Amino acid sequence: MFERHYQFVDRAGAVVLRGCGVVSASVVLLIVGFLMWKAWPAATEIGLLHFVGDTGWHPTEGAFSLVAMALATVAVTLGAVLLAAPLGVASAAFTRFYAPRWVAGVYRRGVEVLAGIPSVVFGFWGLVTLVPLIARWGGGAGASLLAAVCVLTLMILPTIALLSETALGAVSGDSQRGAAALGLGKWAMLRRVLLPAALPGLASAVLLAAMRAVGETMAVLMVAGNVVRLPGNPLAPVRVLTANIALEMGYAYGPHRAALFLSGVLLLGLVAGGVLLADLLGRRERQAVRRG
Amino acid sequence: MNVWRLGWLGVLLATLVGCGEASGVHVVLTGSSTMAPLVQAAAQRYELEHLEVRIDVQTGGSSRGIADVAKGLSEVGMTSRALKEQEKAGLTQHVLARDGVAFVVHESNGVEGLTREQAKAIFVGTVTNWREVGGADAPIVVVNRPEGRSELDLVSVFWGVKPSALKADVIGGENQQAVKLVVGNPNAIVYLSMGTAAYEKSAGTPIKLLNLDGVAASVKTLLDGTYPLGRPLVLVTGGKTGAAARDFLDYLLSSEVDGLIEEGSFVVPQR
Repeated sequence: MFERHYQFVDRAGAVVLRGCGVVSASVVLLIVGFLMWKAWPAATEIGLLHFVGDTGWHPTEGAFSLVAMALATVAVTLGAVLLAAPLGVASAAFTRFYAPRWVAGVYRRGVEVLAGIPSVVFGFWGLVTLVPLIARWGGGAGASLLAAVCVLTLMILPTIALLSETALGAVSGDSQRGAAALGLGKWAMLRRVLLPAALPGLASAVLLAAMRAVGETMAVLMVAGNVVRLPGNPLAPVRVLTANIALEMGYAYGPHRAALFLSGVLLLGLVAGGVLLADLLGRRERQAVRRG
Repeated sequence: MNVWRLGWLGVLLATLVGCGEASGVHVVLTGSSTMAPLVQAAAQRYELEHLEVRIDVQTGGSSRGIADVAKGLSEVGMTSRALKEQEKAGLTQHVLARDGVAFVVHESNGVEGLTREQAKAIFVGTVTNWREVGGADAPIVVVNRPEGRSELDLVSVFWGVKPSALKADVIGGENQQAVKLVVGNPNAIVYLSMGTAAYEKSAGTPIKLLNLDGVAASVKTLLDGTYPLGRPLVLVTGGKTGAAARDFLDYLLSSEVDGLIEEGSFVVPQR
């Protein structure tokens, strides 16, 4: 009798869980579908060529070029990753191999707190501290590519540090002990054995952080200056795709609105591609670990 | 001020809850983000007296406010500029309050006022140093507003240029952000809702409202019409306005909201 009861619970549970799974999966599909649906007029009424061929972004005057903003997104992300990746990996190596246990513990908590700070706080700090500082040193408005890169670096640093630490930790104890038995010092062991072995995991950590940088809106909106122009001079302002949506969605209608949704589709594609790639790298790493 | 804050909160909540279930009569207003907090605050008072009515205030810009009413998507539109000729067909305008667009600089800026031509020269980039308009020798940091905001429309028309002709060092989105940018940079200049700027200044924010063509940016000059960049805050109705919307509209246009209008540093119109 109990058996039958459990069978029923099992079956009901499976149905409920499957239902939950379907719901969460369909939310993603719904979002993608909604974005596509709202962006559709941009393709039919404006024409996709306008988004690369027009001069500048003046939607109320019929100019819809997304090129400058897409490049700005790439530049800001690249800058932040170039700064945060070495720092993050170094910090992971520090907590795992150099720091005394209690220092590592405190340090790790600190990094976790950094990861939990809402982006708007970073943005606000950037706006009231960093931007005036850059204005004083570099001249101009201060709100700039450089400011955006600095704020994003701080934001993605904890992601890289924490994920890298996991990646380093996943390298098998055998390789570590083997290296130690060969008489390698800490630095040589790290450089010649552990970092190469953890490389796919580190790459996936950096990639995930980069995707966070691509999608970040609030903090960048507050410090980047948001003038639509090709990125080049680090002291000049730029506008990234996410900031453009946040900035103009409130006052956009008609084709202008559709164009903003289209940039949303573009961002979604970019981030989805990045996450898939990171996932692929992570899988390779796990396989490598299993082979030991 | 408390009611004002509540108004903001209300707008946020309304945006979040936007499509909650509706019981009884439902009135939707869409449009200008400058007007939304004021209308939302009034709506909250109105709802206390009319429990069967639910009022939804959604932002989306003046142009959306007009387009929504024209298409019949909302019963009342909010627009912080007068309607353009091609927008007027079939729509009725009701002036809720008056506001202006003020040029705003940091308190420490030595310049007290600009002429229309000087302001234009700064924003199209032919004048780049405060010295050229009677200030200290410092580069001008030009803060422009994003495409689609009615302030940008208004100054472009005022100067007779296209919005794309204006050059900027920074783009400031919301009025609050525009204020923060000027507070953070003593060499910056921005234009924004005079009501918001005056409100911030009275709250102790270190900013200065510049005279325009020798006329101070104030309630008085807005009312007597001498300030050159005044604008009406307009409620727009189209062909079909339901009884509930009509009644709320009458409430908004009555003297009962005068207090709220003044709290927002806007100007009560002559009725």
